[in-house]
Amino acid sequence: MTDQPLAVELTDITKTFPGVIANEDVNLAVGAGEIHAIVGENGAGKSTLMKILYGMQAPDEGTIHVRGETVHFKTPKDAIAKGIGMVHQHFMLADNLTVLENIVLGDEPTRGAQIDFSAGSDKIREIGKTYGMEIDPGALVEALTVGERQRTEIVKVLYRGARILILDEPTAVLVPQEVDELFANLREMKSEGETVIFISHHLDEVLAIADSITVMRAGRTVATVSPDDVDAKQLAELMVGSELPTPETTESTVTDAVELAVEGLTVLSDDGRKLLDDITFDIHRGEIVGIAGVEGNGQAELTDALMGILPTSSGSVVFRGDNIAAWSTKRRREDGIGIIPADRHRQGLLLQSPLWENAMLGHQTVKPFSRGPWIDRAGARERTQDVIDRFDVKTPGPDTVALALSGGNQQKLIVGKEMIADPYVLVASQPTRGIDVGAQAAIWDELRDARKEGLAVLLISADLEELIGLSDRLLVIYSGKIVADLDPQTVTPEELGSYMTGVGVEAAS
Amino acid sequence: MNIRKILLSLLAPASALVFALIVASLALWAVGRNPFDAFSSMWDFATTSTSVASIINRAIPLYISAVAVAVGFQMGLFNIGVEGQYLIAALFAGWVGGNIGLWQPLHITVVILVAILVGAIWAGIAGFLKITRGVHEVISTIMLNFIAFSVIAYFLLNWFRDDPTSLNLKTPVFPESGRIPDLNWLFTALGFTEPKGIALQGFLIVAIGIGVFYYLLVKRTRFGFELRASGMNPGAARLSGVAPKRMVLTTMLISGGIAGMVGLSTMFGNLYSYTQDFPRNFGFTGIAVALLGRNSAVGMALGALLFGFMERSALILDLEDTPKEVVQIMQGVVVLAVVIAYEVVNRMIERREVKAAAEATRSLEAREEVAA
Repeated sequence: MTDQPLAVELTDITKTFPGVIANEDVNLAVGAGEIHAIVGENGAGKSTLMKILYGMQAPDEGTIHVRGETVHFKTPKDAIAKGIGMVHQHFMLADNLTVLENIVLGDEPTRGAQIDFSAGSDKIREIGKTYGMEIDPGALVEALTVGERQRTEIVKVLYRGARILILDEPTAVLVPQEVDELFANLREMKSEGETVIFISHHLDEVLAIADSITVMRAGRTVATVSPDDVDAKQLAELMVGSELPTPETTESTVTDAVELAVEGLTVLSDDGRKLLDDITFDIHRGEIVGIAGVEGNGQAELTDALMGILPTSSGSVVFRGDNIAAWSTKRRREDGIGIIPADRHRQGLLLQSPLWENAMLGHQTVKPFSRGPWIDRAGARERTQDVIDRFDVKTPGPDTVALALSGGNQQKLIVGKEMIADPYVLVASQPTRGIDVGAQAAIWDELRDARKEGLAVLLISADLEELIGLSDRLLVIYSGKIVADLDPQTVTPEELGSYMTGVGVEAAS
Repeated sequence: MNIRKILLSLLAPASALVFALIVASLALWAVGRNPFDAFSSMWDFATTSTSVASIINRAIPLYISAVAVAVGFQMGLFNIGVEGQYLIAALFAGWVGGNIGLWQPLHITVVILVAILVGAIWAGIAGFLKITRGVHEVISTIMLNFIAFSVIAYFLLNWFRDDPTSLNLKTPVFPESGRIPDLNWLFTALGFTEPKGIALQGFLIVAIGIGVFYYLLVKRTRFGFELRASGMNPGAARLSGVAPKRMVLTTMLISGGIAGMVGLSTMFGNLYSYTQDFPRNFGFTGIAVALLGRNSAVGMALGALLFGFMERSALILDLEDTPKEVVQIMQGVVVLAVVIAYEVVNRMIERREVKAAAEATRSLEAREEVAA
């Protein structure tokens, strides 16, 4: 193995985006036939680096060698031609096609003018046998479990001849049992001589599977270590730099006053499916109720229903004693329901507009942003400056356009403008997603302080540490239903994981 | 910093104009004319008082039409139906104006209100179809144009014509009280010679008022903010409390109301009735002017004047035996070039802002570190 050239070698890679340095002087050396993990916080630059290696983005500086050969990828096609394959975190499969159709899509084996499906399915079976990843080529993708879908993605990449596989957070969507299966598959692939690059921020998994680990922090590679030499704590320190932020709420501030009471809330899709199914919970003054769940299990619908965007088909939402089912979004906002949207670019910001207009968004109907039908520019700027000062938004001033700010500062502005309006209830959806550790800690502090002041928070998050650390109560949403009501003080990640994937539900019923 | 920003934003239209001149020069040269001679005779011809009045008269309906389109553009709504809206509005306004006799300011106001109302209703149909049935406004407004043309022909032939025996179909002519006096005195007041054989239309004042209204509406009111927010990020606008359906309908009504006034400058200042050969195409050219002016109140005014200038100066080319289609080439090229140039310049501005913000942030952080 020693005389073999490195499977992948990235040297001094630098990549900048407007306002952000995604990668700076990144070096990565992956030996052939090894499982190489890349770990780092959200926004550390892992995904950008992998996109560069997969030809989705070109680096500003630096060189890429694949098996000793210098390459310049313009598109993923070039990378595939060099035997590099990528399995994305979000699967790219067509639900209404079979496994076979999905796998051959874009690379169909033909006999004459016809697609040779039998050749395709033979090859899939062969790949399955070689790597221990049996999968039924005729199965419809929509009928597959998440683990099987992922396997389909991996087989698809192998089918195209990949010898170097990039897996982007492959375990994020899996239940523990599926993770074990995946790891068995990866070991099988390794024994067949494939190289695997494995992105994760689950340190235990990384230590369990990887042959070597590269740690990224703030766009740089800070260390490459062997799993034998470090433990999870040391890795975490490398990742974060100093110490782990511990989102821990202190003594309970929960009061008896119910600020928001949701009862039997049901939302139907256009074709009559239950998007939300009989959701019931209360949030008290000074309480943070956490909603855990794998994305796409009704979180977006819950936010939309609470904000009056999605019509409810039955059940009630009572806000401070009033049934608000018939209230418009505008009225809900004016009367004190704040919202931190899950996707700040799609729902939270006007990127081309100055910060003061962004701070106004959602509060444009009230003082100090407007007087009657007129915008109060001076009032809006002043209020925005307050937000900037109080929430430590790093910006030249309220007239800077939103897109010039880093994600963390954009998010601080969003959180700040909602908090400064003193809402009674705050729906906080992924409040710290994709932002740096410092901004995350600041937002956690703000949420904790507001809770102390009596704010009722619905915290919807994919970050378990955030949920466990901040919540007074933890609800788990699975396929539109609340399936568990847990105490964050005693819950284990395993327990939570099984409810989130529906395993716990089946076991319990 | 601000001066640089202004200079940067002037860079786009200026470079587009230069590019259009180059293309037009090539076209002129191809038909065997010296471009410099042609341009200088265009310029000499178009800077006489008479020509200036003519240019402004041409610009007025174009400007109003552009504003009507721009209101929709602000929220990503494409009102392609200004053409039909202004023609049908002009028909009804002309009929009403020719059948009443009131105190002059009242008479004029009534005619304007009728035009606004009819234009708003016609555009409102498209808005209504969009929010109730999801019909795309491009389709419905284009279709409504054709329906408008037929409706106009029907009404003019059967109901609104002043003289059933005349072959010249038109609504009754406005009495003196329904006409807006010309503004030719402006030229003498400013020390220029008075235009000959042409009247600078008094409706200019209303057009300027429409521009001011548009600016205030879009930039200074809550509605305008919600309108722009809906255009930039519908998801964010909705979450901020904007009701999207009501927004679509209101915007269509405002756009149509403004569109209704496109034909009025001609009506009040020149024809005094709706005639079978009432000037057309302002609706479509208005789209180009809105693009040219980037939906800005002042930008569209300059764009409308530029179009007016090009159309006017084309006349001299005709007299000099040069195909005046060269001007149409210029109009097309200048719109395309402006769209591209703005995109390029916007990216430059964006990059500068991002860099400035990054630098400021860094110096903030540095200061904090020193303090700590």
